Amino acid sequence: MKLFIVIAAYNEEKSILKVISDLKKAGYKNIVVVDDGSKDNTYTVLKKSGVHLLHHIINRGQGAALKTGIDYALMNGADIIVTFDADGQHRVEDIPAMTNPIITKECDATIGSRFLKKTKMPLLRKITLKIGVIIMWLFYGVKMTDAHNGFRAFSREAAKKINITSDRMEHASQIIEEIYRKKIKYKEIPVIIRYTDYSMEKGHGGIRQACSVFGRMFLRKLLR
Amino acid sequence: MITIIQVLMILFALFAWSRAALRLKDKSIRITEFIFWSVLWASLITFSVSPALLQFLSSVLGIQRATDLAVYVSIIVLFYLMFRIYVKVDKQGQEITQVVRNVALKNNLYVKKKNKK
Repeated sequence: MKLFIVIAAYNEEKSILKVISDLKKAGYKNIVVVDDGSKDNTYTVLKKSGVHLLHHIINRGQGAALKTGIDYALMNGADIIVTFDADGQHRVEDIPAMTNPIITKECDATIGSRFLKKTKMPLLRKITLKIGVIIMWLFYGVKMTDAHNGFRAFSREAAKKINITSDRMEHASQIIEEIYRKKIKYKEIPVIIRYTDYSMEKGHGGIRQACSVFGRMFLRKLLR
Repeated sequence: MITIIQVLMILFALFAWSRAALRLKDKSIRITEFIFWSVLWASLITFSVSPALLQFLSSVLGIQRATDLAVYVSIIVLFYLMFRIYVKVDKQGQEITQVVRNVALKNNLYVKKKNKK
């Protein structure tokens, strides 16, 4: 089975090489990194890393970068696609747990959940994520423990069905919505998220961002 | 007796209407959009020339003051226009992303290196 790891990277020169080296050490060969118009040297440091390197000439957002990487993986015959963070939050050792249910055809998509295992995380982030879970339940009737986890795995069929049109951070909710609407069989997998000073500095999941995600979700719902 | 504000509103509506006509002429807007703007500016001219008509309309709708009706309608129109702009911007954003994506997929280094070998 051809497995592709897709990573969206924006200003990740400090962490990306370590993430790639960990993935390579674990034996993952098909690593697709989409440099999303980084302002730092992310693209330059990746040039000699031996990954499938794609470059967005301007920043289009994490959702757009992931979609580019997924399209590329599909074009190159991927059977399973794993989306992985560039800031070192995800653990390579959790990948088999994410892909096994797809290999055994138990389901077509797996979503990582940081609430199924004990993970130390800042209280504010915990509250924001839980509000996200409630919103997903209210909007789509999907009951998940962690609706905004970037650690996911898809079978080829599921990846083809999921259409990500949200360029920015709201792609996470859109993926869940697509899974629900297209009746893709999914499973939540317990994963551990490493909250480091670096990842916290990157600032994913702040209240401001959560409000923006919610606003866009609402408008998307209105437009449909 | 016509007041200065009435004259200013009529002049502005005529100016804005002429802009819409020019945009239609150079095919920047569609006929349906031109009709929308025409209705809007023609209403402004009509109510500026005859405020009594606005007063009559507001009393029919159960609003006491004509100016209140004008404010309500303006807010509704502004919201609608904002929504349209949002849709347009969103669509343009998606188009830009598609172009950026196509360039990225075409120029990826891995395939380039492979082809060189």
